[in-house]
Amino acid sequence: MEQIIIQTLHGLVNGMVLAMVASGLTLIFGIMDIVNFAHGDLLMLGAFVGASVLGVTGNYWLALVAAAIAVAVLGALLQVTTLRPLIGRDPLTTILATFGISLVLQQYALWQWGPSVRRISEPVPGEFTLFHLQYPWYRIATALLAGLILGGLWLFLKYGKYGIWIRATTQDRVMAQAMGIPVPLVYTAVFAIGSAMAAASGVLFGPFAGVTQTMGFDFTLRAFIVVVVGGMGNLGGSILASIFISLLEAYAAIVVSPAQAVIVSFVVLVLTMLFRPTGLFVPTPK
Amino acid sequence: MTARPAARPTPPAVGYWIGFTVVGILLVAAPLVLPPFWQRFATEILVWGLLAMSSDILIGYTGMVSFGHSAFFGLGMYGAAAALLTVTPPSLWLAVLYGLVAAGGAAVFVAYFATRLRDIYFAISTLVFSQIFYVIIFTWTEVTGGENGLTFSQPRLAIPGLWSDRFTPVTFHWFVLGMVVVSYLLVRRITQSPFGMVLQSIRENEPRTRAIGYHVERYKIVAVMLSGLFAGLAGVLYAIQNKFAAPDFVFFVVSGEVVIFNVMGGMGTLVGPFAGAAFFLLLREGLSRFFTEYYLIPVGIIFTLMVMFVPQGLLGFLRRRLNP
Repeated sequence: MEQIIIQTLHGLVNGMVLAMVASGLTLIFGIMDIVNFAHGDLLMLGAFVGASVLGVTGNYWLALVAAAIAVAVLGALLQVTTLRPLIGRDPLTTILATFGISLVLQQYALWQWGPSVRRISEPVPGEFTLFHLQYPWYRIATALLAGLILGGLWLFLKYGKYGIWIRATTQDRVMAQAMGIPVPLVYTAVFAIGSAMAAASGVLFGPFAGVTQTMGFDFTLRAFIVVVVGGMGNLGGSILASIFISLLEAYAAIVVSPAQAVIVSFVVLVLTMLFRPTGLFVPTPK
Repeated sequence: MTARPAARPTPPAVGYWIGFTVVGILLVAAPLVLPPFWQRFATEILVWGLLAMSSDILIGYTGMVSFGHSAFFGLGMYGAAAALLTVTPPSLWLAVLYGLVAAGGAAVFVAYFATRLRDIYFAISTLVFSQIFYVIIFTWTEVTGGENGLTFSQPRLAIPGLWSDRFTPVTFHWFVLGMVVVSYLLVRRITQSPFGMVLQSIRENEPRTRAIGYHVERYKIVAVMLSGLFAGLAGVLYAIQNKFAAPDFVFFVVSGEVVIFNVMGGMGTLVGPFAGAAFFLLLREGLSRFFTEYYLIPVGIIFTLMVMFVPQGLLGFLRRRLNP
């Protein structure tokens, strides 16, 4: 019983972080039809930048912001140099191109920061007791912060002028262009926002399990799963799907080892693609 | 009744067969003149090229990018390991058989689900299936040896009942070369058969192929299965060469390299993947002198640039000549 409560908390917290990763991915997919294979590696890079800034300044919040900005700039550069020339080509070309980028980023991180695991210390100290079990406050704070950032993103997309530009471009890029929206700029901005979200979640996730240069692949895969299960390009669906999948994995981890619990989300993905390819958390298409 | 005029035989592509013979002779002679390191290198190119060619059936001819070929390759390795560890005396041909059965079985399983999906969804689902196999192999320590994998001794090169001998690097190279040439000719024949034509028409226009009346899913399943079989054969050869099977070879990195070989060499040419594998391995060899283990940084940059500017790959200009 206690284990179930703890795993529920774990699942919710992990789900919120995953939701941040996936929301960036789904935003990019929704607007550009680009499946960003390097998304997890941007997250990994953000975590490393965060760890380095933290090492120099000792301020976690500064590290969070610095990592988000640095990776956003990198994302914008990558979009302009690599993905912009590929607009209009076969979508598989962009998978291959982002796959190449992911290779480079991973090896660069290995070269720059070495193979050892980096720790990011917890910014919020202390634990609280829940049914005789200790649970760190930091994880709760992370979930709340992720929720705040996601809420902010949602408000921005819903009411912000530029958010409305983004939604307009997602719906109909030709019409948006006709209305005077600078579509190429919107593409770059969305890629930068997605990268920043990935980097921020990297710094948030850092204290949980440490930072390594191979952490990106795992997140890319899980974010893909979430995005497909939640419905490609659907922000709300991705958030629900992240929590759903993380909870399932957390409960599965009670029975089997965490490494095997991953299979549960794979199975969910396959079932979703077979029976509801538009996503679990979207209204039935008419 | 009037006799139907016999279809005019297409003129034999003389240039193609001359090229084929020249390359073949060079590859046969290679181990005799090369120093041991490059001998082994040539054999590895053949094995990785075979794996990449198996993936070309999907990428180049059916228009489906598989990011899960490591699963078939790895199961080929573990299948061979199973045959060599459980059956005494270890038999080469049994290893090949077990490897093919393991890889083919996995391919049918993956294909049943994955072929219902298209484009990026197909790519992701093959990736996810290969990860499932990876997790199973990695965690099921009692059977697969877990992280350490399985080691075994090399079987003897034998024709049952007639003759048997130890493998030397040279005879092993010839053995691999023989397997590769047979596989290549088979795949070439398959892609030029009516079945192969249907695959190519799926690549060009899937709805139309369906409208004409072909059962597209069945064709795709068979294509994935064939591809898995040849990938498994590559896995068996690699396992026998190195005398081990390890979970690293089921991991995604191998699948990624297969896609790189195809893009670099030229998709839809069958020879291209071999050229891609050779190019990649040579790049790795050359660049790791300057960049040590970080050779993937320049290789990744070259790969991305090739995707952008040379999407048809190194041998893409030969595509018409290679696919008469």
